[in-house]
Amino acid sequence: MSYLDYQVAQTPTGWRKVFFLNWPLVFLVVAVCCIGFLMLYSVSGGNLDQWAGPQMERFAAGMVLMIGLAFVPIWFWRSISVVSYAICVLLLILVEVMGHVGMGAQRWLVLGPIRIQPSELTKVAFVMTLAAYYDWLPVEKVSRPLWVLIPVLLILLPTGLVLMQPDLGTSIMLIAGGGIVMFVAGVSLWYFAAVIAIVVAGVTAVMESRGTDWQLLHDYQFKRIDTFLDPTSDPLGAGYNIAQAQIALGSGGWSGRGFMQGTQSRLNFLPEKHTDFIFTSLAEEFGFVGAFSLLMLYTLILGFCLHSALTNRDRFASLMTIGIAGTFFLYFSINMATVMGMLPAKGSPLPLVSYGGTSLMILLMAFGIVQSAHVHRPRG
Amino acid sequence: MRKSQKEIAESSRSISRRGLMLGVIQAAVVSVMGLKLRSMQIEHADEYRLLSDGNSINIRLLPPARGLILDRNGTIIAGNEQNYRVTLTREEAGDVSAVIARLRRIIPMSDRQAAEILEEIRKRSAVTPVMVADRLTWPEFSSIALNAPALPGVTPESGLSRSYPRAGDFAHVLGYVGPVSDYDLSKIENPDPVLRLPEFQLGKVGMEAKLEEALRGKAGARRVEVNSAGREMRELSRIEGQQGATVQTTLDAGLQNFATQRLGNESAAAVVMDVTNGDILAISSSPVFDPNMFVRGISGPDYRILMQHDHRPLADKTVQGAYPPGSTFKMVTLLAGLEAGVINPGSRFYCPGYTQVAGRKFHCWSRGGHGTVDAVQSLERSCDVYYYELAQRVGIDRIAEMARKLGIGVRHELPMSAITEGIAPDRAWKMARYQQEWQVGDSLNASIGQGYVLASPLQLAVMASRLATGRAVEPRLVRSIDGVVQPVPEWPELGINPLHLRTARAGMDAVMNGSHGTARRMRIIAPEWQMAGKTGTSQVRNITAAERARGVIKNEQLPWDRRDHALFVCFAPFDMPRYAVSVVVEHGGGGSAVAAPVARDILLYALAGGLPPLSAYPDGERAKVEEMWSKMNLMPTPAPSPGTERAKA
Repeated sequence: MSYLDYQVAQTPTGWRKVFFLNWPLVFLVVAVCCIGFLMLYSVSGGNLDQWAGPQMERFAAGMVLMIGLAFVPIWFWRSISVVSYAICVLLLILVEVMGHVGMGAQRWLVLGPIRIQPSELTKVAFVMTLAAYYDWLPVEKVSRPLWVLIPVLLILLPTGLVLMQPDLGTSIMLIAGGGIVMFVAGVSLWYFAAVIAIVVAGVTAVMESRGTDWQLLHDYQFKRIDTFLDPTSDPLGAGYNIAQAQIALGSGGWSGRGFMQGTQSRLNFLPEKHTDFIFTSLAEEFGFVGAFSLLMLYTLILGFCLHSALTNRDRFASLMTIGIAGTFFLYFSINMATVMGMLPAKGSPLPLVSYGGTSLMILLMAFGIVQSAHVHRPRG
Repeated sequence: MRKSQKEIAESSRSISRRGLMLGVIQAAVVSVMGLKLRSMQIEHADEYRLLSDGNSINIRLLPPARGLILDRNGTIIAGNEQNYRVTLTREEAGDVSAVIARLRRIIPMSDRQAAEILEEIRKRSAVTPVMVADRLTWPEFSSIALNAPALPGVTPESGLSRSYPRAGDFAHVLGYVGPVSDYDLSKIENPDPVLRLPEFQLGKVGMEAKLEEALRGKAGARRVEVNSAGREMRELSRIEGQQGATVQTTLDAGLQNFATQRLGNESAAAVVMDVTNGDILAISSSPVFDPNMFVRGISGPDYRILMQHDHRPLADKTVQGAYPPGSTFKMVTLLAGLEAGVINPGSRFYCPGYTQVAGRKFHCWSRGGHGTVDAVQSLERSCDVYYYELAQRVGIDRIAEMARKLGIGVRHELPMSAITEGIAPDRAWKMARYQQEWQVGDSLNASIGQGYVLASPLQLAVMASRLATGRAVEPRLVRSIDGVVQPVPEWPELGINPLHLRTARAGMDAVMNGSHGTARRMRIIAPEWQMAGKTGTSQVRNITAAERARGVIKNEQLPWDRRDHALFVCFAPFDMPRYAVSVVVEHGGGGSAVAAPVARDILLYALAGGLPPLSAYPDGERAKVEEMWSKMNLMPTPAPSPGTERAKA
């Protein structure tokens, strides 16, 4: 639909847009970030400069960016979605060609003073592209094989590039994020059933391939699966992390050991305590009350996004909002499930809480776009 | 394409239906996680609390013993010793000063030490264990362990720590280890968890740093049962770590000790190389410092003394120091001229005591001049004018090329820190460095190793080795790692005409043994050890016009840091070269008087495999040498222990 259909006359303009922001969502995001600062301060042993301070600075910049993006009309995002998708694919190829190798994988792109992780950017850009695609596609064609194939290819192209880095975790997230958009767009459930069947068969094949000369995963990835299935198999490596994370989490009890009193995190039993394992520090220091509260805050963010999407009559806006919220959901649920020992250790940050500039900025930008969809919804 | 209202409504409905389905799925996942949280944190909290509080199984890393470093005969030059120490954690201690006060009744600690420790504890995070006392005796250690209940937060630990039994002898080449800093960790991707242990140490400089990976070894682990106070009840299982690899160096502990003592308190450096294979037998920079001080944690005042000492004990002058090589560079210029064909071995130049070039007078060191000299005599008497004439004919670019061929102005890779490249200047270099054209005067200065030319003692030793053999010998320090012998390559020929090389060697022989040789007094008279060498005295200052007018100022009248550097390079035996030695004495004065005797003594020690017989010295020198020996306090080299057999194999 052309942007005239938005009934511009009734869409707020100029600074008055501020009144139409999804304010509860803004407050929820700020609240989660504040929990992040508190935990970063705590795990650094009371040192503001180490992690909490820099994170606050990025948060301030990210908030400005978020509000700024919220003011940009939603039709702008729709029109640039294809371009942003192309840019992300280009960046992913660049990483492949000249990226910086970190932690055994090639993920970073260094452009002068800026280090970017294109795979993070891709998560948002390709959700936008899929939403634009289904906005353009007449509803009755959604489940026809040819029209299903196109989005599948749109998903598989960046996924393949990310997989080459190699970053299995992010590629799974991309597939799941794309799947969420396709699901909500109304693609027939038979397709999903078929994909699930193929995945099950695939996993079986991967596990069977181990040790043969057509081995499909890296040894370290197999090792993580082993560790997941039996954490005691590698008590000094990855299993150590998971075991210590679970001890930290469980020992929090009902109300935790108190702020800055977590022995597991403070005695350095926990690895990566400021990034991937920060949830365990929270659970240790604030107990079930703290951990469950964070889970509820995340759920409320999801709820407000879903509500905003379902009450929005613009197909692009609601698909994109659900897609971004879905990616956010994958983010936090994968991280939490990992540290609780329900998924293999994969090394993913806890969204808005873990230390890390790229992830925080991109999430805040994504919420800016969600806000833009909210502000510029068709009215009347 | 415009959509009808009906279409929009239909699409909204479909989104709502699927969106709600998705919401339900997500809610289900969140519920599962909430339930898991509840199960872990409420139902099973007690179990985890027990695990966390101790009274249960804990995994503790066993730091690996660091690999030994041996000399070429198997003598340990870097080893490990049992170390009893005590750490304090602020969080567990509560009232830190009270705990320290009680601790001071058991172990001696000065007021200042106590204040420093308090300061350190205050600075570090509350949970970081801080080393309070180190190298305790067994009685002290056991009495702290007995009094543990009265000393909360205090942990007695025993472990291995690095020790350098040869004290300062190998300080510069081996470097030292120290505690792992945050900066060290930030430089390593995926750091080994063992690096995070509070007492763990890693190589900071020198060979300890360069061979860190080989020397570190692999951590082991123990599963222990601990009670709620964190005290170990029993060990359940143990995976032994792997000791770091033993590194056998090419160094000779006896020779290194002799060389270091022979340099004495001078600010000086000496390098001994086996010309046949490049083995470095001794590489000594003086004054030395005791690396054990760094392992134990050097105190502020001690460190300031080392830093402020004008002889710069912390600098490794052998590879980091770059000096104008002075007349020791003349072989380079001579060979450049011979190879270019602008002179032949018989060519003569007349030396009136100076050369006039571009309106400037360049003086020979001998004011009266040397008269007519040929190639061999030019080295024997170290005639500067000969090289001024030569430089104008051969040009700087060919001199620089020859310098690089002989090892000056190129980096020789050794496992040591901050190895300098030196400078073999040419036209392109000056343009790049100063954006200026090369001047004839620059060539004249360079021809006698002054001006822009800079070389390290290591490079001078390499030059002497290459002159002695005619091959591109490279220095090496490591003989074997973990029993794996590092192969010695067949060093390629330098491609210099053998006749020309013989001329240069004959000149060096004449320096020692010729009737006018500048270092004749320092010759070796034992025929089987006949030595060839070259002196060098390099200016570190520009002589002002006023000084020139007043006449030459004696070196001794100048403040120490403005005196000339004394240099000497040599090799022996002349017929069948085995060892090359270079010596640089910073601000020592004349090369023949100061550096040559040092180099001669070190060379003789290497040739004789110990203190040489006095008969090797000319009559006039014997009394002086004997007196010098009597003042030395040489360290005995222990016979290799059985444990070192593996390293030698």
